[in-house]
Amino acid sequence: MPTRDEIYSKVSATLQEALSVDEDDIRPTATLQGDLGAESIDFLDIVFRLEREFGIKIPRGELFPESIFQGDPEFVQNGRVTDKGLAELRAKMPFADLHKFESDPELSSIGDLFTVDMITRYIQGKLGQSDN
Amino acid sequence: MRWIWLDRFVDFQRGRSARAVKNLSLAEDHFTEHFPGYPVMPAPLMLEGLAQTGGILVGEVNDFREKVVLAKIPMARFTREVLAGEQLIYDVEILHMRPEGASVRGRVLVGEEVVAEAEIFFAHLDQARSQQLFGDHNFVFSGELKKMLGLAQLQGARNQGSGVRDQESGVNKNAGASSLTPDS
Repeated sequence: MPTRDEIYSKVSATLQEALSVDEDDIRPTATLQGDLGAESIDFLDIVFRLEREFGIKIPRGELFPESIFQGDPEFVQNGRVTDKGLAELRAKMPFADLHKFESDPELSSIGDLFTVDMITRYIQGKLGQSDN
Repeated sequence: MRWIWLDRFVDFQRGRSARAVKNLSLAEDHFTEHFPGYPVMPAPLMLEGLAQTGGILVGEVNDFREKVVLAKIPMARFTREVLAGEQLIYDVEILHMRPEGASVRGRVLVGEEVVAEAEIFFAHLDQARSQQLFGDHNFVFSGELKKMLGLAQLQGARNQGSGVRDQESGVNKNAGASSLTPDS
């Protein structure tokens, strides 16, 4: 099982390729959309590359949970994520750091959850699960 | 204007790879200006040819139910110019398929020579953007593109001497069809 640093540098290389950014742009706290300029199609590219790079399968909605983003009325009301939505986020994304988001759950800032660090933690979790 | 940048499929392995031919004719409109006296095939039109080959290959996996659209070109490289009178082969293989979209690798060949290559991403419009309503009608595969594959399969059937296939829709309705020359 690779170390966290090894995973981080592979994730960094993957994001550099997918988003055409330099190594200097990648910091653990860098957000994919805000800091690195990722668009929705880039998320698909990132998923393909992560699957290939780490030899894992990323089921649809596991890394980027769609139910919240589609503005499902149970999860989102008036542009804010509801308590039910927050519970869904906590359940679907145990690898994400939700504290800051929970204090002000504006749907428009949900992109801030997706940092390089978050992806690294997700991959760590996936690799830890496999028996290889 | 017809927006078909392939002439004919010459190989089709369902869910895996496909090859299509594009003949460059001086009679085509784009050569008038690009460039007068030096007819160079514009690179974006070669990319479109690869994308159409790949799009049909990807679309056929789900029987053309998905609206397959070009979404991203992570890499494209052009080795040399190609001129009117040359024959291009668009050779495309599927790298990755998911419900939301697919990625393919395409190479443009003149004979055995690779003159261009690209990696192309497609999005399945309804799966990727379900909040927007595109309607049920599949505008991507409603016409010529779908018929191109049907024509290829028809030619394959004729070569095998197995008679005429369904000509109305132009698409082979046999789920198991995997190449131009059917097994049975």
